[in-house]
Amino acid sequence: MKKDKTVEKQVKEIVDRYGAEKSSLIAILQDMQGAFGYLPKDALIFLNEVVDVPLARIYEVATFYNAFSLTPRGKYLVEVCAGTACHVTGALTLMERLERDLEIRCGETTGDGMFTLEQVRCLGCCSLAPVMRIGGNIHAYLTQDEIPKILRNYRQ
Amino acid sequence: MAKFIIDGKKIEAENGATVLDAARENGIEIPTLCTHDEVGSAGACRLCVVEVKQGNRAKIVASCLYPAEDGIAVDTKSERVMAVRRLVLQLLLARCPGSGLIQDLAEQMGVKPEPRFTADTDKGKCILCRLCVRTCEQVVGVSAIGFSFRGADKTVGTPFHENSQVCIGCGACAYICPTGHIEMETTKTGDSRTIWGRTFKMATCKVCGRYFAPEDQLKYISRTAGVPLENLAVCISCR
Repeated sequence: MKKDKTVEKQVKEIVDRYGAEKSSLIAILQDMQGAFGYLPKDALIFLNEVVDVPLARIYEVATFYNAFSLTPRGKYLVEVCAGTACHVTGALTLMERLERDLEIRCGETTGDGMFTLEQVRCLGCCSLAPVMRIGGNIHAYLTQDEIPKILRNYRQ
Repeated sequence: MAKFIIDGKKIEAENGATVLDAARENGIEIPTLCTHDEVGSAGACRLCVVEVKQGNRAKIVASCLYPAEDGIAVDTKSERVMAVRRLVLQLLLARCPGSGLIQDLAEQMGVKPEPRFTADTDKGKCILCRLCVRTCEQVVGVSAIGFSFRGADKTVGTPFHENSQVCIGCGACAYICPTGHIEMETTKTGDSRTIWGRTFKMATCKVCGRYFAPEDQLKYISRTAGVPLENLAVCISCR
């Protein structure tokens, strides 16, 4: 298998930041997630060669945490809160509307690579319910009518 | 030495021993699925629960992890313990309806499938006790398998669910699995076996000519133990 040199170089750089130890694994994976937008399979296999952690263990960690994704994520991550407060104030209708407008299902990425739609448990701002977070920005007291406008703003 | 009471019997246990160790040494049986002498305990199957009384307090603990302490009174078959154990078994039964071992255990304890726990159809016989993963890591030393994902989607397998490059085909995981979830198939002639989707060529014994171990396993043992491969070419019965 021909390896991508730039991927290897990037992984090496990240590993050097934290040291090639088992205890640095999560920090390394977080930075890899940031650098690539997801955890590419090649990068994980290469990481296994530099860090003394079995690939099975790396895969375990990479699939366990929601912060890591094994498939490419879009430019903006759309997180719809489904915590108790948001749920009772209509998070489900928001999700339905987003699925319809973006033409993807929850967990998928749009064809143009702009948005990835995900459901999260609680964003920690229940007083603003129902909320969604796009690319780190919180949108509070949301109604589904506002969604097309918000998405248009991000698309520009 | 820790002196304590188990099922009304005064016993002594070595320091560092668990309640389960002490019980077994004294002929008291506690059902377990996920503990093994070679890889230790993980407290995963929860079948080994017992009630530990200390002063006025009583709690349900996993006996395979709870240290035998001075002055505790352990009950392995109290009403409360049996209620918890039956619930655990109901849940295991709902997860792995096809497992003969769990069916037998359920029958022994008079546990019937609970209608409110809908039986799973996609989990096979895996109870996620991690015994195979621990064996692959601690005994075999290759860590070819692990868990993936979490919660209801958690499964055991090789990374990316593809053929593992580090697996040596030893079959220790299939051997240790309490419920028989892991399948290892050997061809009729015995010249190859398939486990975790990868097929391993078997080596023949130099003396009797029978297939006895995967070539990859012999290579691995030779490499880690520093023994020439020729020394490993004879099967156990011919040695």
